[in-house]
Amino acid sequence: MTGDSYNFAYLDEQTKRMIRRAILKGLAVPGYQVPFASREMPMPYGWGTGGVQVSAAVLTPEDRFKVIDQGADDTTNAVSIRSFFQRTAGVETTTATEEATVIQTRHRIPEAPLGEGQILVYQVPIPEPLRFLEPRESETRKMHSLEEYGLMHVKLYEDISRHGHIATSYAYPVKVEARYVMDPSPIPKFDNPKLNDCPAIQLFGAGREQRIYALPPYTRVTSLDFEDHPFEATKADHPCGLCGAGDSYLDEVIVDDAGGRMFVCSDTDYCESRQRQSHRGKDAA
Amino acid sequence: MTPLLSVQGVAKRYGAQIGCTDVSFDLYPGEVMGIVGESGSGKSTLLNCMAGHLSPDAGRVIFDTRAEGPRDTLTMSEPERRMLGRTDWAFVHQHARDGLRMGVSAGGNVGERLMAVGARHYGDIRHKALDWLDRVEIDAGRVDDRPTTFSGGMQQRLQIARNLVTGPRLVFMDEPTGGLDVSVQARLLDLLRGLVRDMGLSAIIVTHDLAVVRLLADRLMVMKSGHVVEAGLTDQVLDDPQHAYTQLLVSSVLQV
Repeated sequence: MTGDSYNFAYLDEQTKRMIRRAILKGLAVPGYQVPFASREMPMPYGWGTGGVQVSAAVLTPEDRFKVIDQGADDTTNAVSIRSFFQRTAGVETTTATEEATVIQTRHRIPEAPLGEGQILVYQVPIPEPLRFLEPRESETRKMHSLEEYGLMHVKLYEDISRHGHIATSYAYPVKVEARYVMDPSPIPKFDNPKLNDCPAIQLFGAGREQRIYALPPYTRVTSLDFEDHPFEATKADHPCGLCGAGDSYLDEVIVDDAGGRMFVCSDTDYCESRQRQSHRGKDAA
Repeated sequence: MTPLLSVQGVAKRYGAQIGCTDVSFDLYPGEVMGIVGESGSGKSTLLNCMAGHLSPDAGRVIFDTRAEGPRDTLTMSEPERRMLGRTDWAFVHQHARDGLRMGVSAGGNVGERLMAVGARHYGDIRHKALDWLDRVEIDAGRVDDRPTTFSGGMQQRLQIARNLVTGPRLVFMDEPTGGLDVSVQARLLDLLRGLVRDMGLSAIIVTHDLAVVRLLADRLMVMKSGHVVEAGLTDQVLDDPQHAYTQLLVSSVLQV
């Protein structure tokens, strides 16, 4: 099939208008989950149907598009979504964070600092941070509207009582502008500080759950914690094996069946650009 | 003296059925009020109307709030009423699993109300939780166990600890000893009596067990078919029942 058979960026214009309205509402009320009429997309739920719809709604023909999956540009999910928009929107694509204007991401925030004019689109599996504490949607909505967030701390309390420290390491709940508690999607808590005061627009799309929420540029985002157990952005305590970076989030890779392992940047673009600048880690060939 | 809770002409209907009708009474600080009656007499409906779980069709429920004095809780905004439910009010359910979070440890259950009113220091919350477990005679070693591993009596005591930790002034209890065996009941009643006296709590206890009200309540209200048929001091009502239904109720207690 040729690209001409599709409307620009796959979705029809009415649907994009509907999604843009939800996005605008989300930007006006940072952290509030806006319901929207999520469409069937040509991919299964859990593969980023929410993110794809948000991306489709914000893409313009002039945009340069980047997709990352767990930080990587070259995994199945990232490659498929990138080629999807290449074909249906004909937009330019890139793997360089600095050059992209729209970045769709699953489970990571790029290491390179984002700037004004960029849009970061998150794929969200479960938008409701209170879901596993309070299964009733009617009740969690009431808790959001009345700002009753004591329960969120019960979860952190349970962590400390069981593990001695806050063991939640991803999808770490945050408070937006001292109002809404928000699930930042399953990004590692290492990335939580990057949510705060970010110059880029951050949009969150949950396709199956039919929710969109957003953080406008320079929004105050704080991670929940206790006074005597403050929030800590943690990562594996190693430098990257390929580029030697000590400040990036790392993946642990098993390299043989004798317990051999290496730690590499999960952000492939960051790692490769450092290697181009002749930074070398201890495992670099 | 201002009554802590003043109930005026409360009525609740379920369609053509009467839940309860024309109930009025005053509850003064430190007083324990018992509501007895058979199943379906409207006592739980009345309790739920007072505690804000149901909205009555008529009447007023005036609570003497700390900040603003007597206010009708039925015309309060919902956030205010829910705030009251977390601070000055407590509700002890008949079934502990209705009032507890079964997936959360005992300490977390007790701490939830503290965190709901803004406590953000883990050490303090933990300390208070341990203190309260001790007061309801639960071993400190069980603080990180889930209530699912507790016996029925322990669950009920945990529920009481969870409710009293924020120092409420008014406790609603719906059959607090229902479903427990007699020796566990006796221990729970002993504990409740001690806590009520020590903390100077006011309480409204709904029960069908006359022994419970005899031990705990200062005053008694007898309900039948949604109406209050008799009210007075506990010993007066139990020892000298006037209404035919109360006489029946008192005489149906089994003597061992």
